[in-house]
Amino acid sequence: MAEDVKHDYHLVNPSPWPLIGSIAVLVLAIGGVTYMKGLFGIEAGQLWTLVPGFLMVIWTMAGWWREVVKEGRTGDHTPVVEIGLKYGMILFIVSEIMFFAAWFWSFFELAIFYPARVGATFDATSPVWEGLNAFAQWPPTGVTTFDPFHLPLINTLILLLSGTTVTAAHHALQQDKMDNAKFMLILTIVLGFAFTCLQVYEYSEAQFTFDGTLYGSAFFMATGFHGAHVVIGTIFLAVCLFRLYANNMTAKKHLGFEFAAWYWHFVDVVWLFLFAFVYVLPHLVLGH
Amino acid sequence: MPMDQVAAHGHDDHDHKPGFFTRWFFSTNHKDIGTLYLVFALIAGIVGYSLSGLIRLELAEPGIGPLTGLMEVLYGTTGQQAIEQAKSFYNVVITYHGLIMIFFMVMPALIGGFGNWFVPLMIGAPDMAFPRMNNISFWLTVVAFIIAMISFLVPGGNGVNGFGGGWVLYPPLSSTAGHAGPSMDLLILSLHTAGIASILGAINFIVTILNMRAPGMTLHKMPLFAWSMLVTAVLLLLALPVLAGALTMLLTDRNFGSQFFDPSGGGDPIMFQHLFWFFGHPEVYIMILPAFGIISHIVSTFSKKPIFGYLGMAYAMVSIGAIGFIVWAHHMYTVGMPSDMKAYFVAATMVIAVPTGIKIFSWIATMWGGSIDFSVPMVWAIGFIFLFTLGGVTGVVLANAGIDHALHDTYYVVAHFHYVLSLGAVFGLFAGWYYWYEKMFGLKYNKFIGYMHFWVMFAASNLIFFPQHFLGLNGMPRRYVDYPEAFELWNYVSSMGYALSMVATLLFFFGMIESVIRRRKAEANPWGEGATTLEWTLPSPPPFHQFNELPVVKTEGGH
Repeated sequence: MAEDVKHDYHLVNPSPWPLIGSIAVLVLAIGGVTYMKGLFGIEAGQLWTLVPGFLMVIWTMAGWWREVVKEGRTGDHTPVVEIGLKYGMILFIVSEIMFFAAWFWSFFELAIFYPARVGATFDATSPVWEGLNAFAQWPPTGVTTFDPFHLPLINTLILLLSGTTVTAAHHALQQDKMDNAKFMLILTIVLGFAFTCLQVYEYSEAQFTFDGTLYGSAFFMATGFHGAHVVIGTIFLAVCLFRLYANNMTAKKHLGFEFAAWYWHFVDVVWLFLFAFVYVLPHLVLGH
Repeated sequence: MPMDQVAAHGHDDHDHKPGFFTRWFFSTNHKDIGTLYLVFALIAGIVGYSLSGLIRLELAEPGIGPLTGLMEVLYGTTGQQAIEQAKSFYNVVITYHGLIMIFFMVMPALIGGFGNWFVPLMIGAPDMAFPRMNNISFWLTVVAFIIAMISFLVPGGNGVNGFGGGWVLYPPLSSTAGHAGPSMDLLILSLHTAGIASILGAINFIVTILNMRAPGMTLHKMPLFAWSMLVTAVLLLLALPVLAGALTMLLTDRNFGSQFFDPSGGGDPIMFQHLFWFFGHPEVYIMILPAFGIISHIVSTFSKKPIFGYLGMAYAMVSIGAIGFIVWAHHMYTVGMPSDMKAYFVAATMVIAVPTGIKIFSWIATMWGGSIDFSVPMVWAIGFIFLFTLGGVTGVVLANAGIDHALHDTYYVVAHFHYVLSLGAVFGLFAGWYYWYEKMFGLKYNKFIGYMHFWVMFAASNLIFFPQHFLGLNGMPRRYVDYPEAFELWNYVSSMGYALSMVATLLFFFGMIESVIRRRKAEANPWGEGATTLEWTLPSPPPFHQFNELPVVKTEGGH
């Protein structure tokens, strides 16, 4: 970089990772369609076609973020750059919120307009209750849903608790109490892992399937994408734990940790909406 | 705007450019990445433009002719089978024409190309906020294009390669029932990839604009092109994830047995249309807003006056963007929605005419009383204002649900959106090209060729699209390979317009080649006192890293 730079912005050196990452996406996309449909004479349904692209994506992530961590530790992340990175993370989470807006949209549209589509009649005399009356037809007849006040409630509490432990870890980190921060972070990761395990257990008990039932499609898509985000968030937190043990973060500089915590809270809030609307509301209206 | 009151600006000429491969493949330089985007958009534009050539060739006269011959060449089929394939292939051609022009030509050129080049220059920043992420936005766009091209060449359904359900990808045409082959799956992943690229680019622009403006440049002093990119980026950020959701549902419907859009399982194909247009309507503003920004600069520069109603212009774009999110169902008046809903969407859609009118009238007011220099970019800009207004007026007609029931999916709609995009966004693109060509490449272009390009293009594009209003009003549906003889005349005129546009395209490339051969040295500011934004304070082309010492925009001095 030029020596006569008189500003605090970060002029990043040329990097191979964007190109490698894009090639990874190309390989992954073609591998994915080959798995689903068969392409270029390769038969469909063979999982190995996904492997090369997936490995390349992981390789890119590791290499790219290794560069970022290194830059952060060698002083490229000045205060103004840190503000930019924070804006960037917030905007990324905003785009994720809009991604979930699509799942909630489909869930609500399918739920509210289900009776109209299947031709059922419902009491629409009271405009206030019109929406809820419509909900009375959802989930469709014959679908047995989960009791929200068993496993889903426990999962809600686990996730909320993990939200408090990650905040505790953050406070400890800010006060340079590293042992305490590590402990609280481990607790958060354990709680996150517990959530995932219970969710897998719940899925295995489901009385409906993703394919072949409309309710199952909407349910598994919304909760499944949330689950995927929980797994990603747990990995994100685990990386932070690893970096804490490697003395990679300080009480003053720990953007990676902050972003992991923000992401975790986002995952938390999405779950509260899922719990309220996917689990509890149909249950309350239906009363079973 | 007080952009001329720049107290200090540092530009060193010590260019430390990396070697060729590193510079163009591993780039973290906003100007190089902008150039890459422009080159990419040029290549994709040629592909998209060739496909529209096939459309106009086929529609030049009634009957299914030229494409049948093409099927004989491509698939070795003859007779009735070739005709059937030609019908399907026509659908494939219009689909890829639309998708390529939107995702791989207009967006990369306006946002990736000019946005990357001039947002940092205009706000006095040394580069984008995330230069490395900037590069993956570009390469993912290339990858998305490659996947789309593979999709064009693998079996789609109905006996031809490629997906033929239109760029809107409605199920059931995009379901397994409509197109069983891998083509549609590749197209879904292509749009996912292009979407990721655009979301990352949007984050980059928003952070750059919010965090890296030069000292003294408040948001209310920021040039309008940067404003337009800010609004565009917000629209991208909020709209694209919803498309990603819809596409994912489509993908699982096709491959993993879900039933979101499958009526046989209680699902709803109309839901896809809602989700798609929730993205799709902001998308049309994503394409036109950067052009608005460019036109504002050109009109102001060559009228030698500050833009009329600067704040009104900025907030008009903001309100166009905001209202753009609540009008989507005007694309689907004919799906059988309740009258109340139609009434709402008519009203909301009409409201957009207000901020758009603010823009048009402010451009005219900027020119009013100005000492106008009819330079090459200025004639393109005036052409833009005229043609975009025409397209906007037909948009107001189509916004009425009652009229739209008659005009929905006719050539009137095709004429409308080509007037605002092909003659709006693309004219804005050429205006920007001629405005900044010297700045970007350090070469002067031949003005005569520039004028020629404009006049031929102006005549050609009006010849192509104006008759399509008549065709639509007479009831000719869009996306049809054939038509009755009553529509012959205007279709023929339209196709002749396309032939003329080929001359315009040749002139465009000729102008570029001429400037490269002649190598006339560029000036830092060829436009004189009217060009007040920061990019004109730098040499042409600007140094590899500009503003090593940040420019300071003085606080006093208003509009």
